[in-house]
Amino acid sequence: MIDRLAAFAEELRAIGIPVSMVEVIDAAEAMDHVDLSTSDGLRAALGATMVKSGRHRDAFDRAFDVFFELGGAGQPLLREGFDAARDADGLVPSIADALNRDDRDRLLELIREAVQRFGQLEAGRSGGSSYHAYRVLRRLDPDAIRDLLIRSAGQRGGTLDDRLAADRADRRIRTLREEVHREALRRLVEERGVASVARSVRGPLVEDLDLQHATVGEIKAIEQAIAPLARKLATRLSQRRRHGHRGRLDVRGTIRRSLAHGGVLVEPRFRKPRVAKPQIVLLCDTSGSMATFSRFTLQITHTIVSELSGVRSFVFVEGVDEVTGLFGSDQDFDASLRRIATAADVYRGDGHSDYGASFAEFTDRYLDSVAPRTTVIVTGDARTNFRTPAVDRFQIIADRARAVFWLNPEPERFWDTGDSVMGAYASRCDRVEEVRSLRQLEGFIERAALPIE
Amino acid sequence: MDTFDSPDAVAGALRSVGYLPDPTIAQVVFLAHRLEKPILAEGPAGVGKTALALAIAEAAGRRLVRLQCYEGLDESKALYEWNYHKQLLRLQRDEGKEWDDLQEGIFSESFLLSRPLLEAIRSEDPVVLLIDEVDRVEVETEALLLEMLDTFQVTIPELGTITSATKPVVVLTSNNTRELSEALKRRCLYLHLDYPTIEREREILRSRVPDLDEAMALRIAETVASIRMIEMRKRPSVSESLDWARALLALGLDVDSEATIETLNVLLKHRADIERVAEQLRVVGDR
Repeated sequence: MIDRLAAFAEELRAIGIPVSMVEVIDAAEAMDHVDLSTSDGLRAALGATMVKSGRHRDAFDRAFDVFFELGGAGQPLLREGFDAARDADGLVPSIADALNRDDRDRLLELIREAVQRFGQLEAGRSGGSSYHAYRVLRRLDPDAIRDLLIRSAGQRGGTLDDRLAADRADRRIRTLREEVHREALRRLVEERGVASVARSVRGPLVEDLDLQHATVGEIKAIEQAIAPLARKLATRLSQRRRHGHRGRLDVRGTIRRSLAHGGVLVEPRFRKPRVAKPQIVLLCDTSGSMATFSRFTLQITHTIVSELSGVRSFVFVEGVDEVTGLFGSDQDFDASLRRIATAADVYRGDGHSDYGASFAEFTDRYLDSVAPRTTVIVTGDARTNFRTPAVDRFQIIADRARAVFWLNPEPERFWDTGDSVMGAYASRCDRVEEVRSLRQLEGFIERAALPIE
Repeated sequence: MDTFDSPDAVAGALRSVGYLPDPTIAQVVFLAHRLEKPILAEGPAGVGKTALALAIAEAAGRRLVRLQCYEGLDESKALYEWNYHKQLLRLQRDEGKEWDDLQEGIFSESFLLSRPLLEAIRSEDPVVLLIDEVDRVEVETEALLLEMLDTFQVTIPELGTITSATKPVVVLTSNNTRELSEALKRRCLYLHLDYPTIEREREILRSRVPDLDEAMALRIAETVASIRMIEMRKRPSVSESLDWARALLALGLDVDSEATIETLNVLLKHRADIERVAEQLRVVGDR
């Protein structure tokens, strides 16, 4: 069992979940106190000791399934003499019926049959479990089953009833999909062994997803994970404010206070230190090539704006426009996005980004926003579409600011290729970082509070 | 103490004081007691993180010591503080004594003001220590907790190290507004709490609002779950769905679209959320 635990820890690390040695020892110790006859207790014990973030939970569960739940369970494959002629059309009503009655055992039995029939699991095929699950689900057609479920729900006919019936159907379809995946996985584990299957189901963690090319589903997950990070950035940037909250000794105040104690200097008074508000200027490229990434940078901006006061934010494509006021105090990010999309005046011609013109316009119109204590953060790929980069204008901004950070969502090896002029701007920045994933963003945030040489 | 004998015993004890744990919660509480490790409960506001600590204390018959975290919390509010005024009085009374005697006297336990962490450690009887909303303190303040969480001891330079006589059960809660440090997480058993499943919420409703019948409890649980799926600023918490159930009962309303829209202000606390949900609930038919 200990060997298996060690291999499991190794697998979690391979996925990218940080599991320290202490945590593996804790897990081993926890296992001593767990009833191992079912996997639920073990799942809870290992989850609590080895996975310390909610966003790693799904990846943990998947790996746990492969390692401890599905392997070698020895479920009978199929009952003898099942109706060999039954095809998907015959299975679907039974599955819908089992879902409707929340009859889990019956459902699992039917799914085993479905995977056996349509999963194409004959030895020698090399698809991953999702390939086989996909084949099964395509035959079963979950959308049709969903319609069946909704239709069979006896309705009272109010809008709320319809809504709840649809929700119920959605939940059941989700169960169906999950169980088909698990069954396909179980079959694969049986056939190929734990190690090889574990490797094949490894997916990237949220923090390793590519911010530029995230799919719709991934965007949702990233957005959830980004909020605590953005708040951390906000605190990092404002940290200088809080350090040393005691100012110089206030002699007059101390003596005045001492009168209450008969002239004994009991409590020293301190002057309030002068609060230097962090001033931050955010400049986001929102052109088409940056569409997905700028969604995230705007979300970060949104969070920072709602946490700190001295923040001004701008978006640019061919020109630049201030959007600080468009992030309402209502914390509704989607509404802010819509306001920015309609109200920000950043297009001048063909809609391709023009860094030079944008920086020039910024120095003309908004240079006041950059003061000696201001930190400027630019997000963009520095692809100018072969227009003049106007580095001299960027230099003016950099000269006035306390620091300039540039976050580029492109891989570093593509910088300065084609129309990218990252190098020209980079020499004027205090720090330029490749930020393609939340992990890299977190790294930047960790370093953001470090003093700038 | 038989409360912590097995996960089932934990579950039973928590149930008996009105907290319905899912199997994972019971297992983690059981392990926390066995391994003498703190629990870090993380999840959205209103899923019963603080309630869990209160329930553990009540179920085990232990005193609850609570440290509410906030931005700017420091040692003197979390750990201990010297009673300055008392020390000064003593000095004035002892005027003329030798320095060594003076110093000896004024840094003793009777001049110490215990704050929650020290109080939990010095307690004769085992306690439950709740460190609430730990994500609100700065990263630097987190470090203050580490010694305490590791070995259940506190070092006071003038007095030495105070080790706890009994092992407290420690529960930290976090709303995940920021990432906690690795060092802190490593020392804890992690418990991710989310909104309850419909089945569990129905049970909670039934146990906390006994007048509710089975069908209505299920319908309320389903409706709340459905509303939680709508994108909004603050999703309804478990306690808000309890309030809503009580309100519906008091008003004698059925759970339908009109009644829900009329009573949304019990469930939701933001104008914009109420408007958005009402709009969604009015949409007819399958989405």
